[in-house]
Amino acid sequence: MKQINCDVAVIGAGGAGLSAAAAAAAQGKKVAVIDREESCGGVLCQCIHNGFGLRYFNEELTGPEYALRMERCARESGAEILLGETVGAVKRNSDSTFEATLYSVANGVSKLNTKAVVFATGCRERTRANIAVPGDRSAGVYTAGSAQKLMNLTGMLPGRRAVIVGSGDIGLIMARRCRWSGIEVAAVVEILPEPSGLPRNIAQCLRDFDIPLLLSHRCARIIGRNRVEAVEIENLITKERFTYQCDTVLFSVGLIPENELLKSMGVAMNPATGGPCVDGSCQCALPGVFAAGNSLHVHDLVDFASIEARRAGMAAAEYASSGKLPEAAAVVACSKTLKYAIPNKCVPGTACEFFFRPTVSCAKAKLTALADGVGIAQKMCVSVRPAEMLAMKAEIPANAAKVQFHLEECK
Amino acid sequence: MKQYDVVVIGAGATGASIAWRLSHYDLQVALVDRCADASFGVSKANSGIVHGGFHHSADSTLKAKLELEGNEMFDALQKELDFEFTRCGILVVAYSDEELPQLQKLYERGVANKVPGIEMCDRPRLLELEPKLTDAAVAGFFVPRGGVIEPYGYVFSLVESAELNGVEFWRNFQVVSAEKEGDFRTLTAADGRKVQARFVVNAAGLYADEVSRICGGEEFEIRPRKGEEYLLDRTSPGRPSKVIFPVPTPCSKGMLVIPTAGGTTMIGPSATMVDDKEENSTTQPEREIIFEHSKKMVKGICERDLVAAFSGLRPVLPGNEDFFIARSEKASDLIQAAGIQSPGLTASPAIGVYVKNILADCGIELKEKSAPRKILPPKNRARELTPEELDKLHADEKLASRIICRCEFISEAEIVAAVRRGHVTLDGVKFRTRAGMGRCQGGFCAPKIMQIISRESGIPMEELTKRGPGSELLVGKLGSLEVK
Repeated sequence: MKQINCDVAVIGAGGAGLSAAAAAAAQGKKVAVIDREESCGGVLCQCIHNGFGLRYFNEELTGPEYALRMERCARESGAEILLGETVGAVKRNSDSTFEATLYSVANGVSKLNTKAVVFATGCRERTRANIAVPGDRSAGVYTAGSAQKLMNLTGMLPGRRAVIVGSGDIGLIMARRCRWSGIEVAAVVEILPEPSGLPRNIAQCLRDFDIPLLLSHRCARIIGRNRVEAVEIENLITKERFTYQCDTVLFSVGLIPENELLKSMGVAMNPATGGPCVDGSCQCALPGVFAAGNSLHVHDLVDFASIEARRAGMAAAEYASSGKLPEAAAVVACSKTLKYAIPNKCVPGTACEFFFRPTVSCAKAKLTALADGVGIAQKMCVSVRPAEMLAMKAEIPANAAKVQFHLEECK
Repeated sequence: MKQYDVVVIGAGATGASIAWRLSHYDLQVALVDRCADASFGVSKANSGIVHGGFHHSADSTLKAKLELEGNEMFDALQKELDFEFTRCGILVVAYSDEELPQLQKLYERGVANKVPGIEMCDRPRLLELEPKLTDAAVAGFFVPRGGVIEPYGYVFSLVESAELNGVEFWRNFQVVSAEKEGDFRTLTAADGRKVQARFVVNAAGLYADEVSRICGGEEFEIRPRKGEEYLLDRTSPGRPSKVIFPVPTPCSKGMLVIPTAGGTTMIGPSATMVDDKEENSTTQPEREIIFEHSKKMVKGICERDLVAAFSGLRPVLPGNEDFFIARSEKASDLIQAAGIQSPGLTASPAIGVYVKNILADCGIELKEKSAPRKILPPKNRARELTPEELDKLHADEKLASRIICRCEFISEAEIVAAVRRGHVTLDGVKFRTRAGMGRCQGGFCAPKIMQIISRESGIPMEELTKRGPGSELLVGKLGSLEVK
């Protein structure tokens, strides 16, 4: 069995993993990035539209371009990229190093030993079953990302007339992609009273193509013994039901961080994010284990995932050198108007950047940070919506035990 | 035209078991099925229970007798055919004092049927056997020889082994006419293909009434009774160690909590009479009822863990709750195996023997094959092999260590093997290998699996189906539609 040794192993060569690897390798560490696919980029490879890179590269790029840039950064920093390798298990050795088991066509099964490990495993799409849509088990039911992969990577058309369930960004992007390929889009159906995707995608993907967006509607049933023939839609306000003829249903109903490997290591998880609990350096409750990108929490933009992962990579390199990081003694909490605050802990006496997912929508709101009851930072936020992440930097006072965040609507 | 001694109609658990049994003898045997693959009817969507033999009286029903016999045959079958099967045991639990008389009656039936190891349990003993039972559990009994099986895996193994030993399997063969001429009956499929048979076995499940009518056999009606089932993730905290039964109702064994042989948790089934034999939908009211019931039975069950919902149909012979397995009194070359609903899966190994004996009584000569039996190649499931074993396997089989389905940990070699055995639909590969059956429901791997099926079978991508003609997955290549 092949044996590989490194200082920092990064699992996942997407926008987060490559960034973490570049950062760790820049510290002079021996870094290995592992990905199950035959090329870098993860889901970026199928995102052939533009809109990536404005924050990280100051330039507008397509998904594959972003991936290529990031890959170059990682390689130029000296990271080794192992492609076509699936990580089957990660365990902690008695000497506090980690052993990952890798499976591939090229090398069979290999063992990789590392001092620190960064999980950048991305996320998966919620499925029809996850939101329990009843009806027939017809062909022609896909997640939006799956359909995107079929179209953009295998060059196939999933159907002729689609209904898209959920107004998440992938669903919106796919509505436009369908139209560009000759697939009619009967409607985008959203259960909430407001769209889940970014406003620019609503404008560019739906409005520009006159695709109806049905808010406060749900997909009540899929009809079609063999292939989809129609969907039954319910207006949640009037309770009225009607059907749309279509041969395809695409689900874009949210993303779930992929953390089965992390969970199997017994790392403490955060139910609000679906990712692990981490400190300001993206370290999990298990020393030497880091998480970044969409497997930590679902981001709006890959740029944010890459920026976060850079921190994780640097911290992992430091851990690989010194065997420990400063203790994150301050606990982070947030008001009910915030679904979560990341990180969950931070180091007193340092500056830390926090990310939030609001639970409320409002035109203007004040975000306040308190350390043990004393205000340390505040910021005005405009057009606050659950679909958009909030961020804030704060200096954590030495000896702080608890950092509390509040989001309050300004009338 | 191909002539056979026996043609078995229906490649579900019943028909597959009969064909497999007959493959031990010097006979020309064909197995035909209307669907694109074996197991795609009743056998695909059921609870996957190897029952314990206490629901029906062995003195008065054939089904209880065959159920008890069949149960004991699974160990040897698993050893030869390598399907997922575990004798995890069954607990029948009363959740109120009112259910105790019925529980006692059921237990006594089990004792009368000589169910091995059956044990009455008070609440402390119940909790010792299954700590996840809810506070509502009052008493129950334990049947250690009950278990769980992956039903389609079992059927596929039977069919593949039968094929390897000379049985010819005809897929997409929907029998539309059956003309008797001299010693042979000519069976014609909807697409015009024909086979001839000296004897016909009707194991057509939901369509056994139609097949009987076409062959000039007894007039009866099969009515479908639908059962919805809900599958929970393999990490669900609600997975018990044993199959948990409630005290049954008159028309169903009740809704169960099942630790499936594949490692997930399943709850259901419901029981609703329907008119349509292709009605396989799930409904919101049934889902709500099933979750409500199962949460009362076992702790830790939660909608959040739902990964798949499906329904299956039981082939019910109204007015006769027993199996109908006999030589037809109206068509002497027809053997009926109809009304095989629960516990049909459990009974199926014994049904194979029972029907073989009926054929012997019909005068068919049963001479055991002199050549040694061909054994199925090992399945080499990546998820069951140690890293060392898989690495060793990789030396000869490079694709054994490429993981295609990450949720269920299925290798490309497993998928290729399935395609080469004739499973060329997405569902065929899914049920044969479990690829796409996990928490992402094929979100990541379905496009890859479609490419592998296309590459190995030569079927163009746009012609691939989910489960046979009409369920095409794609409509064409990018660029083939006019952009408006």
